[in-house]
Amino acid sequence: MEEVAFFAGAIGALGGAIAVILLRNPFYSVLALVVHLVALAGLFLLLHAEFVAAAQVVVYAGAVMVLYVFVAAYIGGIEEPLWEPIPGQRLLAPLLAGALFVELSIAVLGTALTTIDSEGPTIPLGFGSPSEIGTLFLERFLIAFEVASLLLLVAAIGAIVLAGKRKQEAEAQP
Amino acid sequence: MAIEWYLVLSALLFAVGAGGVLIRRSPLVILLCLELMLNAGNLALIAFSRANGDADGQIFALVVMVVAACEVVVGLGLIVAMFRRRLSLNVDEMRSLRG
Repeated sequence: MEEVAFFAGAIGALGGAIAVILLRNPFYSVLALVVHLVALAGLFLLLHAEFVAAAQVVVYAGAVMVLYVFVAAYIGGIEEPLWEPIPGQRLLAPLLAGALFVELSIAVLGTALTTIDSEGPTIPLGFGSPSEIGTLFLERFLIAFEVASLLLLVAAIGAIVLAGKRKQEAEAQP
Repeated sequence: MAIEWYLVLSALLFAVGAGGVLIRRSPLVILLCLELMLNAGNLALIAFSRANGDADGQIFALVVMVVAACEVVVGLGLIVAMFRRRLSLNVDEMRSLRG
C-alpha cells in the first residue's frame, strides 16, 4: 500500500515538474507546478511530516501560486524566441541535467549513511505534529524563527519598492 | 519504502529544475524552475529527518519555504517592474549588467 502511494506521488511530482519546463504557455506551467506541489505534499505525508505537508498545500499551492497566476495574467503570454544565444543550448541543457542527476545519485547512494536503505527508525507518536514543530521553533530554533520573520518583512518592503510606481512615471502617464 | 527512493526522486526533481533553468528564457518560468529545485531540496531534508527519526529536518524545510516565498515576492516584483518599463521579458536580452 505504501509503495502504491509513493509511486503515485512520485509520478505526480515528476510529471508536474516535466510539464512545468515543457509547456509553452507560462499560465499552464504555473498550473503544472500546483500539481507538482500537491503530489509532493502527499510524499511529505508518507514521511510523517504532517505539518509541513499542510503548510505546503496552504502556503505554496494556495498563496504563492495565486501570486504567480496574477503575474502571469498581468504580463500576458510571453513569446519565447527560438534563436539560441549559445549554439546547441537546447541539446546541451538536458545532457547537463542528466549528468547532474547521475552525479547527485552517486553522491546520495554512495554515502556511508547506514539508515538510508531502511525505512528509518521507529518514531514516537506525534512526530511532525504541529505541537512538536511549534515547540522546536520556539525553543531550539527561536533565532531562525525571528530571522525568518525579519526576512519576510524585508522582502515585502522590497517588493513594494520594486514594483511601485516611480514619481516621474506617475506624472508621465496620469 | 526505503529512504533512498525519496533521495533519488529528490535528485531527479532537482535535475529537472536545473535543466528547466537552462532551457527556458522567460523569467517567470525560470522562477518556477527555481521553485522546483527548492522543493527537491525540501524533499531531501524531510527524507533525512525521517531517516534520523528527528524533526529538525522539518524545521529546515519550513525555513526553506519562507526563503522561497521571499524569493518569489522579490522576483515577481522585478518582473512586474521590467514589464512596466517595457523592457524585453527575455533573460538573454537583459545583459547590460554583464561586464
